Amino acid sequence: MSAVVSARRLEVGYGSEVVLGVIDAHVAPGAAVALVGSNGSGKSTFLKTVAGLVPPLSGVIEVLGAAPGRRGRDVAYLSQHRSTALALPLRVIDVVRTARFDHRSRFARRTADDDHAVAEAMERLEISGLADRAYSSLSGGQRQRVHLAQIVARGAALLLLDEPTASLDAPGRAIYMEVLRAERARGAAVITATHDLGEATECDRIMLVARRVVADGPPADVLTPDNLLETFGLGLSRIGDRLVVTEHLHDHDDHHGHSH
Amino acid sequence: MGPLVDPFVDNEFMLRALGAGVLVSLCCAVVGTYVVLRGLAFIGDALAHGVLPGVAVAVILGLPAIAGAAVGAAVMIGGVGVVTRRTRLSGDSAIGLLFVGLLALGVLIVSAADSLTGDLEAILFGEFLGVDGADVWFQAITTLVVAAVTAWSARPFLLLCLDPDQAAAMGYRVAVHHRVMLLLVAATIVASFQTVGALLVFGMLIAPAGTGALVTRRVGSMMAVAAVVGVLATYLGLLASYHFAWAASAAVVVVAVGIFFVVFAVNGIVTRGRR
Repeated sequence: MSAVVSARRLEVGYGSEVVLGVIDAHVAPGAAVALVGSNGSGKSTFLKTVAGLVPPLSGVIEVLGAAPGRRGRDVAYLSQHRSTALALPLRVIDVVRTARFDHRSRFARRTADDDHAVAEAMERLEISGLADRAYSSLSGGQRQRVHLAQIVARGAALLLLDEPTASLDAPGRAIYMEVLRAERARGAAVITATHDLGEATECDRIMLVARRVVADGPPADVLTPDNLLETFGLGLSRIGDRLVVTEHLHDHDDHHGHSH
Repeated sequence: MGPLVDPFVDNEFMLRALGAGVLVSLCCAVVGTYVVLRGLAFIGDALAHGVLPGVAVAVILGLPAIAGAAVGAAVMIGGVGVVTRRTRLSGDSAIGLLFVGLLALGVLIVSAADSLTGDLEAILFGEFLGVDGADVWFQAITTLVVAAVTAWSARPFLLLCLDPDQAAAMGYRVAVHHRVMLLLVAATIVASFQTVGALLVFGMLIAPAGTGALVTRRVGSMMAVAAVVGVLATYLGLLASYHFAWAASAAVVVVAVGIFFVVFAVNGIVTRGRR
């Protein structure tokens, strides 16, 4: 099957500083890959490289058969930190509609397809009732749902999601998981950067990263105590169906004298 | 026809000032909306001051002041870009550096050239009541160009306000559109400084658009409200200037800022009443 994202010996970073490498990846249509790592581990930089926002430092990467950034129309990117103007006078529906800007020529009016995609996306994120609300009046969780609706409305072949469940409450996370499954079912590939191991285990592959790829494979193979210790400095145990942090080994030294 | 209309009917210079002021208001409404939404107020202020040395040198050399203002604005935008790219300084530090440097240079040039002392006030505060037909035409052409470029760039400009990274991922050339936006700010300031003056054009960029942001939920409506506020401020300011012998450009800007605070207060009362 042709790859949506294909990377070989890829190193990503800024200037001459390698933030994450070396990456070998092959993401097929409908596949979901979770990048899991602590802050500064290179997750977001990798996503930005795939999105074409940051040039790769070395190696080879192709996105939908082209260089990153060349197939923007087929890529949906959810950024982690947005610098949205506080005074921006936009209704929620107008924000979601911006996701379709590149689906038509510069001065063309919205098509029925555009309106349908926007309405369906808002319905799936359960924000149809907020359509006429001012975007600036929304809570953080509501805004995140609006931006996820943008992602869905694009109908893209590749979804790049940086901390998609950040600021979502439990119902919001459940909705997101459902949306993720539906997007994959229609053939979209998903790469998500997350701290949330629960969210990561929904993916069929996890890449543990700590400025290098610590482990890469199916969740059951990757989420081992040794790998997690190497990635986060954390130990993990499974209690029922939940993964629980059991040790904190960052900054550990003998003076503490404690055991877990 | 009474004191509200007669000054403009009986005096050609008042009518020209009103025409130029309306055009400045329309231009500033369009560009000011993005200045407010993208937080470009500091670069706008810096551009307004940064044109001073260019204008001063142009006047000394006997060249059109507007050409000097354009060079000053180009130096400001280019300088900020170079300092931001080549150093670890943040954008606002780079703007501050160029802002104070060019302003100080302008003051030095003016103080060294005795012949310019009288022109300094005109450069900083404009000659609203002294605009001629050519000024009005130049302002009209600038306003049309600004409106056309803004219409062409409306979608990427909106995406820049919403999320520049998302815009870039969609394939929009964010850096190019950001520069186009800065050029529109520069063009507005350069074209308007002969009427409202380099210092006060900044007020017309911020106050009407800020008022629009208080009461609208669409970018187009924000521009429309900003245009109405700007035109109203121009009319009332010129009228006050005529009847009370106030400095025209300052009167216009004071009215524009006054309207902002009146709308702000009324908006607050209405919002509290709804709760």
